Amino acid sequence: MSAFLTVNNLSAALHGYDQRVLRSVSFSIDTGEVLGLVGESGAGKSMIGKAVLGILPSAIEIIEGEILLDGQDLQKMKPADRRRLIGATAALIPQDPLTALNPSRRIEPQITNRLVDILGWGKTDARVRALELLNEVHIDNPERVMGSYPHELSGGMRQRVLIASAFAANPKLVIADEPTTALDVTVQKQILRLIRELQERHSTAMVFVTHDLGVVSKVCQRLSVLYGGKIVENSSVPDFFTGPKHAYSRALLAATPKYTDPDASLLPVDEAVIEAVAAEVLASDKEWRHGG
Amino acid sequence: MKLLRAILLRLATMSVTLIGAAVVVFFVIRVVPGNPIAMMLPPGASEEDIARLTAHYGLDKTILEQFWIWLTGVFHGDFGTSISLRQPVMPLVLGRLPATLELAIFALVIAVVIGGAMALTGVRHRETRTETAVDVANGVGLSIPDFLWALILIVLFGVLMPVFHISGRISPSLDLPFVTQFYVFESIARLRFDLWWDLLKHMFMPALALAIPLAAIISQLLKQSLKETMHLDYVTLSRTKGYSENHVILSEALPNAVLPTLTLIGVQFTFLIGGTVIIERLFSYEGLGNMAIDAVINRDLPLIQGIVIVFALLFTIINLVVDMTYALLNPRLRHA
Repeated sequence: MSAFLTVNNLSAALHGYDQRVLRSVSFSIDTGEVLGLVGESGAGKSMIGKAVLGILPSAIEIIEGEILLDGQDLQKMKPADRRRLIGATAALIPQDPLTALNPSRRIEPQITNRLVDILGWGKTDARVRALELLNEVHIDNPERVMGSYPHELSGGMRQRVLIASAFAANPKLVIADEPTTALDVTVQKQILRLIRELQERHSTAMVFVTHDLGVVSKVCQRLSVLYGGKIVENSSVPDFFTGPKHAYSRALLAATPKYTDPDASLLPVDEAVIEAVAAEVLASDKEWRHGG
Repeated sequence: MKLLRAILLRLATMSVTLIGAAVVVFFVIRVVPGNPIAMMLPPGASEEDIARLTAHYGLDKTILEQFWIWLTGVFHGDFGTSISLRQPVMPLVLGRLPATLELAIFALVIAVVIGGAMALTGVRHRETRTETAVDVANGVGLSIPDFLWALILIVLFGVLMPVFHISGRISPSLDLPFVTQFYVFESIARLRFDLWWDLLKHMFMPALALAIPLAAIISQLLKQSLKETMHLDYVTLSRTKGYSENHVILSEALPNAVLPTLTLIGVQFTFLIGGTVIIERLFSYEGLGNMAIDAVINRDLPLIQGIVIVFALLFTIINLVVDMTYALLNPRLRHA
């Protein structure tokens, strides 16, 4: 199968600064495949998702590289065409379900608006589809939920609604940006299972952004480890958990709590490892400057 | 039932407010120096004349007695007789109220249109020179008070480029078919657009003077809350769905960002009505504010009381309308 999303050599920087926040990032995802992006806070994992969806903050600009979505180079498209392509083929599952729904609108239009406004569906068809989706995310009384306002639903319910909304238009690519971080542990598990279920059923390509390696092992087939906006290791999930190649990856893995051995003490990532990986990232900057 | 209780509670608090306003104004205007009798009689009037007139208007009684007489009258719908105009107060006040209401509403419409348009333009082109221009305009609009705007407008469009009328409510030469005092509304209802146009030409400058500072406040606050809303997750999410910037601003951000502005408009609108007192004077506009100034100059105690009560009623109604609109627009308050 051909890659649905290809990111080539993508670099981004704060507007007017030389310092890169994404450093020559390259990866690709096939249809039906789930790629985990892992790294600590500030490693740039969410930013990659934002770059793909065209929602980078205005202070950050893409300075180099290309993003191919369904074979089309997003950077070369007219903004209106790019918006439509992204809206029609890709979707975001956001991090915080409490803030990702518009508080002054009912749930129904928040699920159907993309279908009606962007894809030109009829209102009735969109409503039928929305009910079907709410069933798919295991909401018991979809009719009532459709007529509710966000503040009337729990966090877990809202995340289900957001997942339904993301899968509404049968997207070929879903970017899940830490979709379980804001939820409590019991709900987390259900939501993860749900996302996986829908992803498999629709054979969606998915980028799964998380800092939780435990989640990666359950959901993803491949993963990329980020540090300082640079991918330091690409690996398949089985290979990674049996033998990570990069020292930083090994340290990350060692720092993950193990359910099999709850008494083991938690190791912080060794400072020497951090220094080494930081030096590596900076060295790549030098190389990049000379090359460019 | 809940709604009925809320309404009754609201009406109760409104009447407390009105009674409070009545008590304060009644006593204050009797405590400050100056009395209506002195304004009516020529200098050198005899003690006997003064005493007779004072007794005639009941001003020789104690303040509490006077208040009791006035209050019992009010409950019978009698607000007393104007001392300077020698006519019952309420018909006088109600005859002038429509002129002021039309002016204030027109000013409010101008302020909302200008302020809203400026805020939306500023947000659409945020972090560009356009936004800076909006900020500068807001600053200028805010730092010059309404009566000074009135003078500026009179000089610009009344004297240098006389396109608008600077005095009165309607050209006196016109033949008026009106049966109500709501001239603007009635001229539209009667399809007399010639009269309507003449009214607008009279109202435009005083309304604009009242509107500019309010427009600046609306623009500033709405732009700020729109900018904050634009960073929220649900707005970002709607961008990924393929919506244009205009759609995102108007249909995702605006309905939420407008709420604090709405409260502000309510409060500021009452200030605007307060502002009509001076503005009507400057433009010789025959409204309630103009009458209020005459009443104060003449120490026309019953008339001042009547005007203040009507203003107070107006303010409480505006607050009520604002609260109701707020509940209507904000689903989180609807069941509270």
